[in-house]
Amino acid sequence: MASPARLELTGITKRFPGVLANDNVGFSVKPGEIHALLGENGAGKSTLVKMIYGIMQPDAGEIRWDGQRISVPNPKVARKLGIGMVFQHFSLFEAMTVLENIALGMDAKIPARELESRILAVMGQYGLKLEPHRIVSTLSVGERQRIEIVRALLLNPKLLIMDEPTSVLTPQEVEQLFAVLRKLAEEGCSILYISHKLHEIKALCDTATILRGGQLVDTCDPAVETSRSMAEKMIGGSLKDISRVAVREFGATKLAVKALSLAADGPFGTALNDISFNVRAGEIFGVAGVAGNGQNALLLALSGEATNADPASVTVDGVAVGHMQARARRGHGMGSVPEERNGHAAVPIFTLADNAVLTARDRLGMVRAGLIDAKAARTYAGEVIEAFSVKATGPGAMAESLSGGNLQKYIMGREILQKPQVLIVSQPTWGVDAGAAAAIHQALVDLAATGSAIVVISQDLDELLSLCDTMAVINGGRLSRPMAVADAKIDEIGLLMGGIHGDVAHAH
Amino acid sequence: MRIKLEKRREPSMAMLVTTPIASVLLTMLIGIVVFDLIGIDGFKAVVDIFLSPLLVSYKWQDVAVKAAPLIIIALGLSMGNRAQVWNIGAEGQYVIGALCSAGVGIAFGQTGGFFVVFLMIVAGVAGGGLWAAVPAWLRTKFNVNEILSSLMLTYVSFQVLGYLVGGPWKDPNGRNFPATAPLADSQTLPVWPDSTVHLGVLIALILPFVFWVIMARSEFGYQVRVVGSSTTAARHGGFDSKRTIWATLIIGGAMAGLAGAFEFVGVLHKMDLGFPSGYGFTAIIVAFLGRLNPFGCLIAGIVLAVTYVGGQMAQTSVHIPNSTAGIFQAMMLFFILASDILVRYRIRLIASTKAAGV
Repeated sequence: MASPARLELTGITKRFPGVLANDNVGFSVKPGEIHALLGENGAGKSTLVKMIYGIMQPDAGEIRWDGQRISVPNPKVARKLGIGMVFQHFSLFEAMTVLENIALGMDAKIPARELESRILAVMGQYGLKLEPHRIVSTLSVGERQRIEIVRALLLNPKLLIMDEPTSVLTPQEVEQLFAVLRKLAEEGCSILYISHKLHEIKALCDTATILRGGQLVDTCDPAVETSRSMAEKMIGGSLKDISRVAVREFGATKLAVKALSLAADGPFGTALNDISFNVRAGEIFGVAGVAGNGQNALLLALSGEATNADPASVTVDGVAVGHMQARARRGHGMGSVPEERNGHAAVPIFTLADNAVLTARDRLGMVRAGLIDAKAARTYAGEVIEAFSVKATGPGAMAESLSGGNLQKYIMGREILQKPQVLIVSQPTWGVDAGAAAAIHQALVDLAATGSAIVVISQDLDELLSLCDTMAVINGGRLSRPMAVADAKIDEIGLLMGGIHGDVAHAH
Repeated sequence: MRIKLEKRREPSMAMLVTTPIASVLLTMLIGIVVFDLIGIDGFKAVVDIFLSPLLVSYKWQDVAVKAAPLIIIALGLSMGNRAQVWNIGAEGQYVIGALCSAGVGIAFGQTGGFFVVFLMIVAGVAGGGLWAAVPAWLRTKFNVNEILSSLMLTYVSFQVLGYLVGGPWKDPNGRNFPATAPLADSQTLPVWPDSTVHLGVLIALILPFVFWVIMARSEFGYQVRVVGSSTTAARHGGFDSKRTIWATLIIGGAMAGLAGAFEFVGVLHKMDLGFPSGYGFTAIIVAFLGRLNPFGCLIAGIVLAVTYVGGQMAQTSVHIPNSTAGIFQAMMLFFILASDILVRYRIRLIASTKAAGV
């Protein structure tokens, strides 16, 4: 008889009020196997691994570990069993050192010196470079992730769960991570790898389990499948390509940014340093970069949520707006969509109609004599819901009652239907399923076709490469020289994302 | 069995309305039990405090006159609370408003008439607003917590009151009592014939409609609500949070000042050391019991006024101290704040299941 699977799930079911997050899901992971867990947002991947790691309890079904039926009441028990997890969002204290952060996360008290030697041993074994006495706030996102990985490896895990680990990494860092994971697998550690990036799964994983709407769709061999066939299993339909005119002419410059600088917001914020670029009518300009390199500050500085003393630092259609606030810039034809939906782009406890008032009230004349025209707001919210197929009960639905993807579609629609001359969007498809992402991309392309200039700030390189005409990389608050996407080389972009500027001669 | 709190998908409207009513009923129930335990007829005490003022028609005017300042102040406070501005110093703004009103009265001597009365009211509004502008300035300029600064200014206002009525504004014919000279008849607010119900009561009935239109329909009300729920979203929408803090604090102060002016011009007609009566503090309870809704404030203002009048009645009928009413008011605030969680969460009882063993 073959040795039992490292982890075997059968009939796992988890119900939340109003949703069935996992419906009778079962699969198994062999020792030393790299197993992908694939699915759109809301497919139930996170819920499933949270149950394996003991953060939640299944309503039904059983978990077997090396053939033994177990229950995992909390993460401490999971770690004792040999289950390690690296979360998508790190839990690190910015003001403390690497060593202190690792020590804080350990269940057992280990003397600092012994811990340090063990950390160095683990790092040496897997080729993870990290300086134990550095303060976390000075580290890049990739380095921070390494802390989390080291923390998990110190427990000699038999199963390592990685939740979307590459979404914040440069292409080079992704390669380094894969090398570590392959080495771990060779030594017999199983890896459960959650992602929706199909080419990574093809490159790394032995098996892929695909979830859709809480149900298991298929367990397949990614080497045999194509990216497209897996994507279609994931969304449960055929994938639409972005349709656009192949060769496009750009018009006059719509948005000009000249020597834009902005002081850092707080000790861990990023300052913007001397940023200049132009976007022409009909052009989609992409800003790539690893998270935390000034994307947030750039969006605020462009949208007018942060103002600049120099009016000429930002011009829209020739009008200097650098000193103006968001509302005044909207008056000159600018629109913006920040990365954070709840509490920034929208007010969670307001209805969709009330949220329409937030940014559309001036351009669409929703305010008369100081009073809000509730009917106009409802009508406009209804139009957006209709045009962007937002799944909501209607304009009276609370923003917080919508799923992340649907709220994003609503917010994008709210800006796009106002036909802004210049639109700045950050992470337009972050946390949005593939079908909705395609719809949002198509809407952006269509808006550009009407002669608007669009800036897309995103950490998803694939998104930028497929969507943009021109792109630049932001690193440490500085923007690289723009390049046409058609001639862009992925290696060069990766180096720029890692902080080696194309215009610096002594890059090594 | 296990009790579990589960987040509702949308806030419950039913709970929003029933929890304030339940809070009042619970307060009455606890009151009966506690008074019985210490040997006082609890049922009679609670009936006197909560019901008698409504059953005895000659007490209605007392309720109306006491409800007016509570409603007016609570309206202003609830607007601020909607913007997450916590003005605890309405009592001080109420006192300063009344003092400004008195200052105008004294300046005009015996001259009265519509114009003087109007000017006195305006002075009250301006005084209360200015007093509240101090915490607004401290908050927006130095990020000083307005809860502390507005509360401390209340005690300052008491000192100002003491100084003025005991010094420069003391009635020369007042046998050296620290009080101002009474207003001339032509300097007081019009009163409903044969009653103590003054014009301010009517205005207290109209203002909830005005505030409702502002909060629910106007762009300014929208701005207040956005700033209150997320300053980042407000900035995205192009609303200035600092300006909103200024506006809501000043409006809150102005309303307290208006109430103070009405109390002075309509009821007391002179200022003395007994002027601060706690309306500014009780109005905080009114605002919360009324769910920060203008009409809720109207109803809650009447309920709290009933306890004021009832407390005085219970003093003679069951011989309990007047301050008992304050305990009941505090209990109501306690229950309303405690039951707030039911609006956003539901309670579920779960039968405990044995976890599948290792």
